[in-house]
Amino acid sequence: MTATSTPTKVELAELGPPRADASETGHATRWRLLRLRWGLAASAILVLIVASAVFAPLISPGDPLAVNIRHRLAPPAWMEGGAPQHLLGTDQVGRDLLSRIIYGGRVSLVVGAGSVLIAATIGVLLGLGAGYFGGRTDWTIMTLINVMLTFPFVLLALSVIAVLGPSLPNMILVLGVAGWPIYARVIRAETMAIREREFVLAGRALGMSHARIVFRQIAPNLVSVIVVIATLQVAQVIIFESFLSFLGLGIQPPTPAWGNMLGEGRVYMLNSWWIATFPGLAIFLTTLVINLMGNALRDWLDPHLKL
Amino acid sequence: MRRYLARQLVQLVVVVFGISLLAFGILHVLGDPVLLLLPQNAGEAEFERYRHLLGLDRPLYVQYWKFVSGAVRGDFGKSWYADTPAFKLVLERMPPTIYLTLAGLLVALLISLPLGILAALKRHSWIDTLCTGLAVAGQATPLFWLGIMLIIVFAVRLKLLPASGYGTWQNFLLPAFCLGATLAPITMRLVRSGVIEVMNMEFIKTARAKGLAEPAVVVKHAFRNACIPVITVLGLQFGQLLGGAIITETVFAWPGVATLTVDSIRNQDFPVVQCAVILLALLIVGVNLLVDLVVGVIDPRIRAGT
Repeated sequence: MTATSTPTKVELAELGPPRADASETGHATRWRLLRLRWGLAASAILVLIVASAVFAPLISPGDPLAVNIRHRLAPPAWMEGGAPQHLLGTDQVGRDLLSRIIYGGRVSLVVGAGSVLIAATIGVLLGLGAGYFGGRTDWTIMTLINVMLTFPFVLLALSVIAVLGPSLPNMILVLGVAGWPIYARVIRAETMAIREREFVLAGRALGMSHARIVFRQIAPNLVSVIVVIATLQVAQVIIFESFLSFLGLGIQPPTPAWGNMLGEGRVYMLNSWWIATFPGLAIFLTTLVINLMGNALRDWLDPHLKL
Repeated sequence: MRRYLARQLVQLVVVVFGISLLAFGILHVLGDPVLLLLPQNAGEAEFERYRHLLGLDRPLYVQYWKFVSGAVRGDFGKSWYADTPAFKLVLERMPPTIYLTLAGLLVALLISLPLGILAALKRHSWIDTLCTGLAVAGQATPLFWLGIMLIIVFAVRLKLLPASGYGTWQNFLLPAFCLGATLAPITMRLVRSGVIEVMNMEFIKTARAKGLAEPAVVVKHAFRNACIPVITVLGLQFGQLLGGAIITETVFAWPGVATLTVDSIRNQDFPVVQCAVILLALLIVGVNLLVDLVVGVIDPRIRAGT
């Protein structure tokens, strides 16, 4: 959907059957605007989600850890047998689901932001190195990328967690260290293209050091790419974190996390569907709005980027 | 073609070497097998005895060599838990995983090919918008949650399909759909953009100019060329697909390698984990090589280019 390539596509399409009408460009523009508007709406929802996680103690209706056996497995408030003080119902020991979901967002967002930061740092540095220096450096880093990409992400994370033991810092570390290849691959390709531009040559001619060229001349051109990948990766990481917690290899109960709530709810899905459903919806909504925002960011910052 | 093949093989050897290092390193460098094997109050003498018994007091490169030379012969050591060779345990569980992966791939193609082509041909129409919307929603859906929701609806409420188990075709439906639905969005987008790109090319104009019917243009000329990026990415996605199969297996209690791996991780049974990880990685590398070769045969530009 590059701005420059659209006109030629229209010309070619017009030679075909009448199906491709002249308002193709109008369509495309309207479509992009629509996507941007969706992106804005998504960012607004994301701000709400982040705010509810940050201010969880203020807005949550109850204590996420308060056990109340008499109210266990209460259905959501609108169903028969539901109580108004438990809007989304309660779990197997009577803890309020809504409060747990609000607090659970903290884990997902912290893990998402933390591991994306680690992954982006490693990936960008290696990608810059491979793309700028080329040759043997490039070969080594590309092989490393291939090895990492061959290894299923889930399997790698699982086996490392199994050795290190499950905890919040370990999870951030594992997901961060396992997630860098995607950044490195894209940054490497972009760096290779930028390296050939005149301003890099001019910098070399002026006697700039490699480090200065890489970090001051090349890297600033890559900020938008990095922001787009990082945004989309936060969504991926949140899904992986919740899967690990779902298996019981991530955040340990009773700390509420969307993943371990889902895992606990699975046991009760025969009669109490709400325990597994609502945390999953929270993951779905969060990753959905992050993806929408990432797509809009990509259209806005860097329409040529293919991700 | 021969040079292309040679380059791919060198790449393969290096990647396999890297994977073996990674699988070995995770256990031996990050963790201490003896700490995992013995109870914490076992005492220093007992720890030392076990270290010596397992050969862990020797230098790392010696241990690595022992590990690799065994692995090449299919000897990954005995399971610490079941007292059977790890290789045999893992191999027995391989077929269900492969069947599930293939079934998931089939479902993904059945969903993504028609929708992708339709969306490309009716670009910017409501069908296109609907397909893109579905793809965006699909990418945001956690696989394991989708699986649980499917079980709640189709097995618990409607009582139409079994919630778990293995053996009959009914057992395949939910897991295969679950896995396929997660691969479908990205495939659909690729098919769509591939077809759009190809439909604007000169040879399509030629095909139309010589009076070919539109369906023939789409199927014979556009689709075949749009296949190349799709096959490439499907090959690259195979690792992700297998990763998805791991998640699917744990939700539906599918008796494949993944459930074995997760159980072994819970039991701290590392020979089995190592063996499973390496065999799965080999499978992925093999498929990637196959895809590269197939693409090289379909599209001569690729062999010559890189």
